[in-house]
Amino acid sequence: MSLPLIVLVIFALAAAGFILGRARAMASAGGDIRLLHSLPGYYGWNVALAAMIPSLLVLVLWLAIQPMVINGQVSSMISPDAISKSSLSLVMSDVRRVARGLDTAVAAGALSAEQADSIRTEFTDVRERLGRFGVALGSAVTSETLRAAQRYRELSATGDLGRAIVVIGLAVLGAAFAWSRSGKDFRARNSVERVVRWILIAAASIAILTTLGIVLSLVFNTYEFFRLYPAADFFFGLTWSPSFGGGSQLGIVPLIWATLYISLIALAVSVPIGLFAAVYLSEYASPAVRAVAKPLLEVLAGIPTIVYGLFALLTVGPLLVSFFGNGGLLGVNWMAGGTAVITAGLVMGIMLIPFVSSLSDDIINAVPQAMRDGSLGLGATHSETVKQVILPAALPGIVGAILLAASRAIGETMIVVLGAGAAAKLSLNPFEAMTTVTAKIVSQLTGDADFASPEALVAFSLGMTLFVVTLGLNIFALYIVRKYREQYE
Amino acid sequence: MTETATTYPSGKETGQAVRRKTSLLKTDALTRRRNAAETRFKIYGVVAILIGLFFLVALLYAIFSNGLTAFNQTFVSIPVTLDREAVEKAEASVVKTSGYNAMIDAALVAELDRAGIATDMRPADLRKMLSSGAAAQIRSFVLANPGRVGQTVTFDLLASSRVDGYLKGRVTREALVNDRNLDAAHLDLVDEMQTKGIVEKRFNMDFITGSDASDSRPEQAGIGVSMLGSLYMMLVVLFLSLPIGVAASIYLEEFAPKNRFTDLIEVNISNLAAVPSIVFGILGLAAFIQFAHLPQSAPIVGGLVLTLMTLPTIIISTRASLKAVPPSIRDAALGVGASKMQSVFHHVLPLAMPGILTGTIIGLAQALGETAPLLLIGMVGFIASNYPSGIASGFFDPNSAMPAQIYEWAKRADPAFYERAWGGIIVLLFFLMTMNIVAIILRRRFERRW
Repeated sequence: MSLPLIVLVIFALAAAGFILGRARAMASAGGDIRLLHSLPGYYGWNVALAAMIPSLLVLVLWLAIQPMVINGQVSSMISPDAISKSSLSLVMSDVRRVARGLDTAVAAGALSAEQADSIRTEFTDVRERLGRFGVALGSAVTSETLRAAQRYRELSATGDLGRAIVVIGLAVLGAAFAWSRSGKDFRARNSVERVVRWILIAAASIAILTTLGIVLSLVFNTYEFFRLYPAADFFFGLTWSPSFGGGSQLGIVPLIWATLYISLIALAVSVPIGLFAAVYLSEYASPAVRAVAKPLLEVLAGIPTIVYGLFALLTVGPLLVSFFGNGGLLGVNWMAGGTAVITAGLVMGIMLIPFVSSLSDDIINAVPQAMRDGSLGLGATHSETVKQVILPAALPGIVGAILLAASRAIGETMIVVLGAGAAAKLSLNPFEAMTTVTAKIVSQLTGDADFASPEALVAFSLGMTLFVVTLGLNIFALYIVRKYREQYE
Repeated sequence: MTETATTYPSGKETGQAVRRKTSLLKTDALTRRRNAAETRFKIYGVVAILIGLFFLVALLYAIFSNGLTAFNQTFVSIPVTLDREAVEKAEASVVKTSGYNAMIDAALVAELDRAGIATDMRPADLRKMLSSGAAAQIRSFVLANPGRVGQTVTFDLLASSRVDGYLKGRVTREALVNDRNLDAAHLDLVDEMQTKGIVEKRFNMDFITGSDASDSRPEQAGIGVSMLGSLYMMLVVLFLSLPIGVAASIYLEEFAPKNRFTDLIEVNISNLAAVPSIVFGILGLAAFIQFAHLPQSAPIVGGLVLTLMTLPTIIISTRASLKAVPPSIRDAALGVGASKMQSVFHHVLPLAMPGILTGTIIGLAQALGETAPLLLIGMVGFIASNYPSGIASGFFDPNSAMPAQIYEWAKRADPAFYERAWGGIIVLLFFLMTMNIVAIILRRRFERRW
């Protein structure tokens, strides 16, 4: 039984259960709704939920576990000889592909089900035969792979049958049990509400599960990486030169350096502009100016980062080269190509302006009016009030905002992938191309890299570093901002 | 106050009180200085805002000046005689399009003759002005309309990207010196053909609805397929993140007791909102592809990753709109005998719905423009050339998404693709703008102030 069909059957059972449960409750009350404990719909829902929830839960679990069990069973059939030639995951993906090919062939009517189970490489060219149904196989099918594939099919068929029986059986049982309890004295509403409450809790827990998923996927793969590559070399190595042939040097220092350098430039652009804009908008601007300028600045925040990336690569980079490059307007030859630290930093700074300005705006507005009035009343000018009263009072919050912007800058990907270059370098020259942690995560994990190699796994350690750093910055910044807010509330 | 405080607020200390003759009517040097500082400070603010707005204008100018041309494309309209014999011969050969190329050659020579344009170029060289996909275009027409074989049909064939670039001012004669695909002599021909109306630039619907093309045919590339990929992803995001987000917010806002578990959820949500998007890509790669063996590059995986990414945004905005519903509504519902659950689902939730939808649309817009996580689950390096054949294949077959497609074009070597990338950005921004405007209208029309 196919998966959509099972789900459909469960929903049909639930719908039937709803009608039957409601009818039984009404019948037990003799059709008088006032004798029921709950509204009739609740009795229906109670049966429907009892049919759906356990069966769907088991279905999800089954879907997760069955492939693992089958993989375990089948991979034990493969000789170490075959594994040593390539790798287990490659052989297994071959097995799965052959199994799927046999399925297609059976579905197309080219092989009978018995033939698919008994076909042998010794007698038929399986690759050629499957090729006719559009199932392309990379290499000739060995008899071992074919046997494994047949075993795989057999196990999957058994598993699918068991899945259908267990899941639908559970749905029927659940519905029957709940139906038998539907009577006029049964507290159906309380029971339904209890279930709904658990559903709500489950939905809220997804946030925890996501964090857990992030941490687990990072930790496991980082652990794998450190088994293949010494941690000290990773954290303190000054060279980044991965080569998938082996003998890579995977030192994170140049990547961290470029990340921090670009973030620093971005902050140098965005903090003064954002801060002055926020001060002007909250202290000086008339309501009309504010109503126009603030949303316009925030448009910058709504533009996707890929747009900024393209802007860096195709507009800002060439523009900077025409000033600082060979034969440029300034007559200096500092910049060799459009992708450089300064390009990425400048564009990232533009992106962060609204981030800094709207956060600081909130914080400046939170400074109590009494402090402004006091300062002005003593004879300070407006700018003196801002500089000597408001900004010092708002300083912790502004620092928090800057830290949040820094964390955003460190984690930004598309701008640096397109604008910063690809070569890892330890240099002070902002006109040189360098590459960052995020850009290298992308480049190490895209393409057909083998996930078991240190060159691919290093991306997870880079991700781990990034996650820890940004998380630390965020927690610290939120702590500062919250503490500051409490001070004036 | 300490004794260092003087009558002058400038902060200048002298230690001994200096009596200065001052008058409110006459501005002295100090006042002038302070007023100048005041003006300067104000100017700094104005300049900061102007710089910000300048960047916005520069960005939009770059997008539109570079991207609008992508919506126009150069076509060459020539009548091609679909000779029955030639068509049959072409269909019988192994490389079917080469037979059609011969037809195009003949048609080009005939058309140039008719227009009175003299050239000493070989027909095969003339064909370089056309897209290499032209033969396939004629063939698909023949396959779709077998009845027209034997007639002469006027085709609007795509010009090659070099010719297109010449008419758009991107390609110059000097740039073609070392170009194998086109010579400067072709451009003279193009000029003549343009005056005769054979070559024409016009609106190119195929860019919006079409599929991506390989590296050598930028003139054929369109964003339509990846738009569908984005659409399927957004469907996943909408149908998962809206119910989950609303359920989570209802629990946290209405039911959650103050305890460790609730605190843990709250901390997690606020942190997830600030985790870099690329980390979600790593999660998607490890959890959905490596662990759960979902297909790579499939919109369902992209949708799941983006769901996890947008959930915090949606939860935060939903909680704000639930909080905005006054407690008196809840009290009234409870007072007439509703259960807590009923009061929330029957009264609070409907009242908070406009705010929730606004937040959801903004979250979706954010997800639509997100690129980094999609790179890790394999949505680049993939040529989105086929439309999904059905709903299921729309979710499970490899596809691209608009931002990933733009990135893909930006990486290619031929500058003709850059124009496509900018054009793709215009399409993307159009969707984002529409979504944001819908959100604003929803908020204006339905938001209630209590």
